[in-house]
Amino acid sequence: MDLPLIWAALIAFAVLSYVLMDGFDLGVGILFAAEHGETERDVMVNSVAPVWDGNETWLVMGGGGLFAVFPLAYATILPALYPAIIGMLLSLIFRGVAFEFRFRATSRSGRLLWDISFGLGSAGAAFCQGLTLGGLLQGIHVANRAYAGGWWDWLTGFTVLCGLAVVVGYALLGATWLIWRTEGDLQQRCRGYARALGVATLALIVIVSLWTPMLNPRFSERWFGWPGILLTSPVPILMALLAWRGWRGLAHGEVAPFLCALGWFVLCFAGLGISMFPLMVPPDISIWDASAPHSSQAFLLTGAVVLIPIILAYTGHAYWVFRGKVKAGVHYH
Amino acid sequence: MFGLDALHLARVQFAFTVMVHIIFPALSIGLASYLAVLEGLWLRTGRSVYLDLFRYWLKPFSLTFGMGVVSGLVMSYEFGTNWGGFSDKAGPIVGPLMGYEVLTAFFLEAGFLGVMLFGMQKVGPRMHFAATCIVAFGSLISAFWILAANSWMQTPVGFTVGADGRFLPADWGQIIFNPSFPLRLPHMVIAAYLSVAFVVGATGAWHVLRDRGNMAARTMFSMAMWMASIVAPVQVLVGDAHGLNTLAHQPAKVAAMEGHYESQDGAPLILLGMPDDKNARMDWEISIPHLSAVILTHSWDGHLQGLKDWPAQDRPRADVLFWSFRLMVGIGFLMVAVGFFSLWLRWRQRLFDVPALLWVVVAMAPAGLVALLCGWITTEVGRQPFTVYGQLRTADSVSPIGVAGVGTSLVAFVVVYVLVFGAGAAFILRLLVHPPQPGEPEPAPAPMHAAGITPHQPLTGEA
Repeated sequence: MDLPLIWAALIAFAVLSYVLMDGFDLGVGILFAAEHGETERDVMVNSVAPVWDGNETWLVMGGGGLFAVFPLAYATILPALYPAIIGMLLSLIFRGVAFEFRFRATSRSGRLLWDISFGLGSAGAAFCQGLTLGGLLQGIHVANRAYAGGWWDWLTGFTVLCGLAVVVGYALLGATWLIWRTEGDLQQRCRGYARALGVATLALIVIVSLWTPMLNPRFSERWFGWPGILLTSPVPILMALLAWRGWRGLAHGEVAPFLCALGWFVLCFAGLGISMFPLMVPPDISIWDASAPHSSQAFLLTGAVVLIPIILAYTGHAYWVFRGKVKAGVHYH
Repeated sequence: MFGLDALHLARVQFAFTVMVHIIFPALSIGLASYLAVLEGLWLRTGRSVYLDLFRYWLKPFSLTFGMGVVSGLVMSYEFGTNWGGFSDKAGPIVGPLMGYEVLTAFFLEAGFLGVMLFGMQKVGPRMHFAATCIVAFGSLISAFWILAANSWMQTPVGFTVGADGRFLPADWGQIIFNPSFPLRLPHMVIAAYLSVAFVVGATGAWHVLRDRGNMAARTMFSMAMWMASIVAPVQVLVGDAHGLNTLAHQPAKVAAMEGHYESQDGAPLILLGMPDDKNARMDWEISIPHLSAVILTHSWDGHLQGLKDWPAQDRPRADVLFWSFRLMVGIGFLMVAVGFFSLWLRWRQRLFDVPALLWVVVAMAPAGLVALLCGWITTEVGRQPFTVYGQLRTADSVSPIGVAGVGTSLVAFVVVYVLVFGAGAAFILRLLVHPPQPGEPEPAPAPMHAAGITPHQPLTGEA
């Protein structure tokens, strides 16, 4: 059995789960920039409050998993993207505590402060995740099993564009989530946000997709060479289909726009996989180079195959318990 | 000794972030179990005072849990950002242990926390009690794995070292149940329980002092004093066994804790003194002859190694360990004394009648946490100058990050932690200075959902 390959798939699954789930709840935070009413903000936060912690656990799984089964990738990617990672962590602190703190603040200004912390923290975390993605795609210079690049390597036009794309994309996920889980005026306004964000997201996806193959000849060979194009050409076609279906759903649909937005992210992620495979840390380190010893991967895999289905089951249960439209709830003060 | 180089800044950063972090899981472990006990008692007896206490403590619990999540996320990435050498070499062993922590504990806690905090009226009391127990159990599983990882770094076994310097796992049973783990785990879990017992006890004492008739306050004070009477003495025994275990596996650490520079037979117990690591001698020493030998070797003339038995570059810092250890032990004995005094008063049926005890317990609110931090300082600083004891030096564990980078992030962490967690501490204190009331409200504005079980009773909340 090719354990490194299995683990690469599992880590990819964890990261995708993270992006899909924390994506919409970070997006809800980003939309604080547009929604200023206290009642609306309470509804928005309440729509994700019971599940955000579980969503964020996939980020721990992605990082912790990398540490466990691809330690070389963990030990080189994180130092290379140091400021982006630290920025993400600090942003997640600001937004994570705001869930509780904004309800505990007694004064209007205190509450506003934690609302800002929630919104900016969400946007900052999304932006830093985009920087991380871009920094990884453009390649990391490694020598002697350690990061050997410069301090500012992670900051380029490409990484900033990726950061922007993730912010806008998460906001789209958040807006479509709120279409599904809210009603009335807030839902109507979210339909409007989703239209604008959908167009912007698509534009950014196109730019990033055209730029990526130029970063590394391997990527362009993969996308435009024969027979790779057989695998890659369905990706843009499916993107267009989802765009069409999601746009229609924005008029009166409830859950369709959210599902289509998630579909976009799945496709982008698949595209990322097509570009990178079998590299773990472009341009040089493959999945197999980065692997932990066989016994480490086997030991954790034994638990993972049993536990991940159970985790998915009770995560599903948590979403089921808190299903349905979120009403304007009880105010605390 | 601490210059401004990247290694030392990275160490300061790790020490700072992990010390702030550990406060929250310690409180979460203790509070989650306490909440499970309270809810269980409520379901069993039907006495509303337990439900009031449950709701009262659920609010600070949800604050500490949230702060634990976000500060813990930092830890899970800091190994990579700042300790790339350690991650690459020890990742194959420490990584899977933490991986199991995520898979068996973090997801479990997160999956049922929402139900525990917001779901009472959606799922009914029985399922809700199950969720509370699962969260409490999850916090203990989490302690199991993280202490297995830490203990392996202290007493590494069950591995070989590859040609590239990586640790290769050979026997996972040995790795998990390494020699120091069976004592470190109960020592930490009990420390978490005692920390919470004294926070709860202090809160109860404070409200009893202000209103002797407050039933909920009396109940929490009484429960906390049972913990101090029974669990604090147990902790002394576990701690003693843990110390003997450390002597067997990390004798240099014990020498630093005891302030022994010279190797000697029948070593004295140094009560107070001023360790001078530079000249390797103890100044201003006040000691009891032979007692250290008796405690550690159970013999009058037992032999104990001194720090001078190790080369200077391999010694842990006695000037830190000597004090952190004494502070921890001193607080431990104070807790035992409070517990025994409360037992005596309880027997005389005067538990709530002696203001001196109530005030002492109020003053000891942070005592458990301070002792817990001192214990961690002792064991972690005592592991130096290694990250994996005797195998991998701290200097070889660090990432190739420059002073500017580590320094900037250190400043950022300090500023953000002081602001954010300072605010969190203030929110918790503000909750706790409110006396617990009959009909204590739900912890948060319960999110209302159209589907699901319709609430039978009106939602309670401060409108």
